Amino acid sequence: MTFEDYRIDSSNGLEFGLYTLGDHLANPHTDKRIPAHQRLEEIIEMAKLAEEAGIDLISVGESHQEHFTTQAHSVVLSAIAQATEKMKVSSSSTILSTSDPVRVFEDFATIDLLSKGRAEIVAGRASRVGLFELLGYDLRDYEELFEEKFELLLKINQQEIVSWEGEFRKPLVDAHILPRPYSGQLPIWRAVGGTPASAIKAAYQGVPMYQAMLGGPASVFKRPIDAYRDTLDSLGYNSEEFPVATAGFFYAAETTQQALKEYYPHINEGMKLTNGRGFPKQAFAQGRHRGNVMNVGSPQEIVEKILYQHEQFNHQRYIAQMDFGGVPFDKIMKNIELIGEKILPEVKKYTAQK
Amino acid sequence: MSTVLISGSKVGSKTRTAMEAVRKTIETNYPDEEVTLLDLSEFDLVFSDGRDYREYKGDTKIVTEAVMAADTLIIGTPIFQASIPGSLKNVFDLLPQDGLREKVASIVVTAGSVKHFLIAETQLKPILSYMKAQIVQDYLFIEEKDFFRKEIVNDDVHFRIERLIENTYLLSGTYKKMLQETEDAYDF
Repeated sequence: MTFEDYRIDSSNGLEFGLYTLGDHLANPHTDKRIPAHQRLEEIIEMAKLAEEAGIDLISVGESHQEHFTTQAHSVVLSAIAQATEKMKVSSSSTILSTSDPVRVFEDFATIDLLSKGRAEIVAGRASRVGLFELLGYDLRDYEELFEEKFELLLKINQQEIVSWEGEFRKPLVDAHILPRPYSGQLPIWRAVGGTPASAIKAAYQGVPMYQAMLGGPASVFKRPIDAYRDTLDSLGYNSEEFPVATAGFFYAAETTQQALKEYYPHINEGMKLTNGRGFPKQAFAQGRHRGNVMNVGSPQEIVEKILYQHEQFNHQRYIAQMDFGGVPFDKIMKNIELIGEKILPEVKKYTAQK
Repeated sequence: MSTVLISGSKVGSKTRTAMEAVRKTIETNYPDEEVTLLDLSEFDLVFSDGRDYREYKGDTKIVTEAVMAADTLIIGTPIFQASIPGSLKNVFDLLPQDGLREKVASIVVTAGSVKHFLIAETQLKPILSYMKAQIVQDYLFIEEKDFFRKEIVNDDVHFRIERLIENTYLLSGTYKKMLQETEDAYDF
């Protein structure tokens, strides 16, 4: 596989995307929560505006618990594919462990056809594990469920007729898996937590890695990326052929102080509900340092941070989470406007490889 | 402000007796404080399987959510096999890594022998500090001879309970102020 197989063109510079976990939370500034249908409509609207602003990609995650609304994330992605024309549509992430890889492939291959080759899958193991019980799986099989299903998904992606046997699914005997993606194969990435131990597993499977990073020094998040590339090379792959993506908090406002002030309550109150504890203000305050991966600040500071991260990681894609914790739609629109007018042109200018 | 008292053992009565005495003293001296005593012998907890604490069911969910909601924790523990009981360690295992952040924790030990005095120092405090609790450094150590028929019979223990509680709330109040000052120092 090469960058081309993953539909990455480095001459366009660092890909810039948006991602949402599909959380459905009250706006802490007003204590009001919009209805679920409105939240879904706004996610689709966010994608349309993002596309107009030149943003390369949008992705939607699945979380099967209270305070979320995109459990059926592939259905939402399908609606986004219909509403957009150019941008990539991806997942952030697809919890493969509790789904049948055949069905996942069918869904995303269909989205790929509907979008004429814009769909991809980012497969993850779940950081919130309540869905194991809901969907009838044993948490004790956490690791093996994912690895087995991931291997099957990769196999289905590579070949149309599949024979396969494993522990968690009935065997497939000369099964014809349809539909096939628009351009033959889907880009399939692996979602990785912030540790080298997690990152090298993407190398073991020979797939590109997607790194989640909430806050902390870029130098720390560089370690898993280095470990991933080293492992790829030691396994006989060429790490230069594998793209790397990072994902994290993002919020732009005219000044850094305004950005911190507006965004912090969303992150802190939102995380209390979705993760069981808030985000310490002290850690959030450190987000303003250039070396911290949290891209919260004025457009100019965000540009400098993204370029610094690019220098550190040499990654091919960054995706921004700006809608977490009930951020109202007018602020999402403002963010997209700032990205389109002030951030993207600079980021692209300095990262495009001619 | 809310305080959760934990009686950390499934076996015996001394820790429970000590924690009952702690509760009475708080109710008398700090009537505004909301106090809950969780006696682990009355709950049926599962072992930690790694999930988020809010995703457990029944007693496990009740106990973990009560601990997470508390401002102050007073942890009562006997000493078993030169350590804290597994039932108490399990409560910590059920919680997030930094689950005691912004909480004040103090310790009440009951033991059959003075030889166990440093167990809390070497085994319980490291857990509490790893989980980011603000620890009251002095702890209360009560020996078997201080109890008779589920009562504390040594007056000095009552005085020491009073002092422990006073120190605990002194730290709680100070820590709250400190936290507020730190937060106010940020311009967002």
